[in-house]
Amino acid sequence: MTDARADTLDGIRRALKRGKLDEQAAAPLAARLKAHKRNLIPKRAAGLDHRGQIALFTAMAEGVNATVARVASAQDVPGAVAEYLSRLNLPSRLVVTPDPALDDIPWAKRPLLEIRKGRAEDGDAVGVTACSAAVAETGTLMLHSGPESPTRNNFLPDTHIVVLRANQVAASYEDGFDQLRRKFAKPEGGFSMPRTVNFITGPSRTADIEQRLELGMHGPRRLHIVLIDDGQA
Amino acid sequence: MKPTSHAFKENARAALGDVNLQKAMTNLRAGFVERRALMISRLPEWDGLRDEAVAIKRHTLANLDFYLESFERNVIANGGKVHWCRDAAEANATVLAICRDLGAKTVTKGKSMIGEEMAVNEYLELNGMIPVETDLGEYIIQIRHEGPSHIIAPAIHLVKEQIAESFRATHTKLDPKRPLDDARQMCDEARGILRQQFLAADVGITGANFLIAETGSSIIVTNEGNGDLTQTLPRAHIVLASLEKIVPTLEDAATILRLLARSATGQEFSSYTTVSTGPRRPSDIDGPGQYHVVLLDNGRSAMLGTEFEDMLRCIRCAACLNHCPVYEAVGGKSYGWVYPGPMGSVLTPTLVGIEEAGNLPNASTFCGRCESVCPMRIPLPKMMRHWREREFSRHLSPASWRWGLAFWTFFATRPRLYHAASGAAARMLGFFGKRRGRFRSLPLASGWTGSRDMPAPQGRSFHSLWKSRS
Repeated sequence: MTDARADTLDGIRRALKRGKLDEQAAAPLAARLKAHKRNLIPKRAAGLDHRGQIALFTAMAEGVNATVARVASAQDVPGAVAEYLSRLNLPSRLVVTPDPALDDIPWAKRPLLEIRKGRAEDGDAVGVTACSAAVAETGTLMLHSGPESPTRNNFLPDTHIVVLRANQVAASYEDGFDQLRRKFAKPEGGFSMPRTVNFITGPSRTADIEQRLELGMHGPRRLHIVLIDDGQA
Repeated sequence: MKPTSHAFKENARAALGDVNLQKAMTNLRAGFVERRALMISRLPEWDGLRDEAVAIKRHTLANLDFYLESFERNVIANGGKVHWCRDAAEANATVLAICRDLGAKTVTKGKSMIGEEMAVNEYLELNGMIPVETDLGEYIIQIRHEGPSHIIAPAIHLVKEQIAESFRATHTKLDPKRPLDDARQMCDEARGILRQQFLAADVGITGANFLIAETGSSIIVTNEGNGDLTQTLPRAHIVLASLEKIVPTLEDAATILRLLARSATGQEFSSYTTVSTGPRRPSDIDGPGQYHVVLLDNGRSAMLGTEFEDMLRCIRCAACLNHCPVYEAVGGKSYGWVYPGPMGSVLTPTLVGIEEAGNLPNASTFCGRCESVCPMRIPLPKMMRHWREREFSRHLSPASWRWGLAFWTFFATRPRLYHAASGAAARMLGFFGKRRGRFRSLPLASGWTGSRDMPAPQGRSFHSLWKSRS
């Protein structure tokens, strides 16, 4: 049996009526990859100042059934979370990712909140995570995996609470990619993606039964964003 | 899935008389069509994005070998593996070997049209695995032992009563007297049952909307979150992807992503867009231990450089299905294989052969809506016409058509004769139809008069009217 890889590549080159690209022909393609140039980016968010981007992010997220609570500083997060949970009559036991980005939240201020730090397991009803960016264009959150930010915490709990800082709000997905490129840059150049990058826009949903929108199919039923102003907005 | 595209006419006739199907299909317009129009009206850059997306795909296809090799190199650098497969049989064998290697039993699956193309579920079942579809629509058709009727809403042909009946027949451990009257109750039931499958699965299989050459990543776009639980919890993540899913960079994917959800479900962005790169890193506390990309050709490389190359730009958004009057009338299952509607009418003949699927490119009025809504500007009617030409030149079309066309050609290429004959025919029909103004039946035209009346001509042909004007 011949090699499927070689066969496929040969087939492609035959169809393109050429052989394997030589170094000279491949150079501009390699340069295109390296440059990862941005294409057209809608003005909707890119044309706004930061304050406007925060307002757009909030409106877009609320438009896809997420809820947003704005607080002045990390000090206010436990209160905002407790208030949200009690208003919806949700359990006060939280699984919180061991993310240093959440270290400045004084959970002890609300002793009725039961905090467990770590990976979400089956049965965890409420999860709290940080995120790495927010995209104003569509009200989208960007989260990535890592030792302190397991991906399953974004999907297993019925209620997903995301702590977002105002300075993390950006215009576009491309801004999010740039952030990943900086954060995961390799010393020899280039960067290495984390295992998973999640772009999350509202809670889980389906319309597979008669096109009727239902929230909470397999992922979270509710997405609540606690937006810390930090004097930025 | 064994194709039944040759039986399109019989399938379509049955579909037109299927009360449940006709009721279910009325949901299409309010759901997808109107929301898409609304979303596009909110994005002034829409056509600019389409132009760029087309250019990105054209560039990628012209250098497909280079970008696939770059992709493979980066998958390997991140600890994953690429399995090149020429056809569905090789791809199925590859998936099975990975599962066996891990001693796997339960396999959860996110929605994948390549998986449908491979019939991977049937294959895994035959070999002792338990594949479980986890997208709600796919789960519904799996428990009903049906194929999909739409490429993004596989159960769109069903009404909720049919789904409730299937749930009762399958979830026999639950209280038979439980209420299952609305979508909410059924979603909750499926959520509970499938959550246990996510937790039990040894291997998770997803499709891919994009492969990124620059990073060696695959991207899936979903709304339910099933694809994420499928790929995050088990020990291995297998990605089923065809060659043409590749784009050079994340930025290129972002441009096409801006078209995808708006064209598909009429959303600004789907709930979950997930970029996956390699297996979990040594210090990660979750994620799959293995990452495999099954890279399937299955006839696609042979489309390059032919009149069907443009079809390789397709991003499977289903806008062409949602806007097709034929699809809306007969539903997806009439098309007899995994890809229905206009995109299926072009793609199916390349994948299963024009002998089997010759009916499909003929199942179009060439109204052109498919091409006008296609975010990737794929000339679908033109390609259906190419198939019709091939079918004709290979003498595959029925003798009555061929005779009819030969007869018509004889007149059409002789303008004087044509004018005389058509004028005489119009006068004759006008005379006989004068009293009623229409015909209930006509010899040789039962295809028309079987479902509607033929209006009687008003006496003169268009040509003669036009002439007398000038």
